[in-house]
Amino acid sequence: MSAPHILAAESGGEFHAPGVELFDWGPLFPGGPAWLEWLTKPVLVVLLSVIIVCAFAWAAFRKPKLVPRGAQNVGEVAYLFVREQIARPALGKDSDRWMPFLFATFAFILVMNLMGVVPVLQLPGPSHIAFAIVLAAVVYVMMIFLGIKHQGLVGYFKNIMFPPGLPKLLYVVLAPIEFLSTIILRPFTHSVRLFANMFAGHILLAFFATVGYWFLIEKLTPAGFGVGVVGLLMTIIMTGFEMFIQALQAFIFTVLAASYIAGSLHAEH
Amino acid sequence: MMTVAAANNPLLPHTSELVVGTFAFAVVLAVVAWKLVPKIRTTLDERADAIEGGLKRAEQAQREAKQLLEQYQAQLAEARTEAARLREKAREEGAQIVAEMRQQAEAEARRIVEAAQATIEAERQQALAQLRTEIGALSVELASRVVGEALADRAAQSRVVDRFLDELEERVRAQEPA
Repeated sequence: MSAPHILAAESGGEFHAPGVELFDWGPLFPGGPAWLEWLTKPVLVVLLSVIIVCAFAWAAFRKPKLVPRGAQNVGEVAYLFVREQIARPALGKDSDRWMPFLFATFAFILVMNLMGVVPVLQLPGPSHIAFAIVLAAVVYVMMIFLGIKHQGLVGYFKNIMFPPGLPKLLYVVLAPIEFLSTIILRPFTHSVRLFANMFAGHILLAFFATVGYWFLIEKLTPAGFGVGVVGLLMTIIMTGFEMFIQALQAFIFTVLAASYIAGSLHAEH
Repeated sequence: MMTVAAANNPLLPHTSELVVGTFAFAVVLAVVAWKLVPKIRTTLDERADAIEGGLKRAEQAQREAKQLLEQYQAQLAEARTEAARLREKAREEGAQIVAEMRQQAEAEARRIVEAAQATIEAERQQALAQLRTEIGALSVELASRVVGEALADRAAQSRVVDRFLDELEERVRAQEPA
């Protein structure tokens, strides 16, 4: 579905801002075989991201040379960025062990997010909450598993709920809060942060694009011309801003994953 | 349009998307995380090793070169003292040889001189002996002549003596060429 398609549905001759219907995608092949119904546009975006990430990593890391050439240079910059900015601050000397997971996660989310500004596709993968949930769930399961493995079942929960060195009375308040925030809320905040940013960013871009299209092409009037130009300019500006947000959210998601893993490997004090 | 939107709550995940998302993440983790990232890590470690190793090797080479230089300098100094020693020795030996030669030459000269003196002495003795025998005869002859002439004056006497001496000289001259 493209903008004209959305607008065509609004036949009333009155401007309608796009809403959550932006995220409703039927099968790519309507009326196709039933076994292809799952193949929607967001699914296609995610599968393309898988291919891009794997192809890039293949080109960059398949046969690494001591003296890097071409794609390997870019891959090394990305690898070192993830290692120095994400892994090292949280994991310290455990960084190298967790770099494969962190690098793959960061690259995958980054490419999925950037799909939001790729012409024609223009839909960030995690703007559908299912993809953000899968990513956060994997990190959550790893966090719980590693915590119990490294600190023991009792030790892990004790370290979370009763951090040492506080007045006894405080634990009455602190223990439930810590339990709630770490065990219950973490997977939600982790996934919703990514999802909501991509969701809102997409709506914002669609809104300004629709304004520009409506007032400059669909209903070009002297009074509406200025509004249309503003919409067009804002679309361009917001596209740049969204690219920043998309990269930032991939970074934040991975930073949090690294800090959750670090918290499970060693008790946080 | 609005009915479709109402049917789909964006906060509720679609089952099919959950399945695809799990599959997609699994593929990325398998290919990128499990297969490919460890390779670049190995390479980065190797590169660090290579650089550190190179630096270490260069340091080692420098140390060896310095050691070698010191060794050469020590050898050179040793060679110099050795040469000086040999020169000194040669000079001493030369002086000794010269002294010996001189001694020998002196001895030789002395020997020659002594031999010559011995020869001269022998010849003188011989001449003396011969002279002693001859002088008797000559004196007798001279005396007989002096007496035979019956010398009257000093002039005649001296003539007789001169003649005798001339004869003697002639006799000697006649003997010499032989």
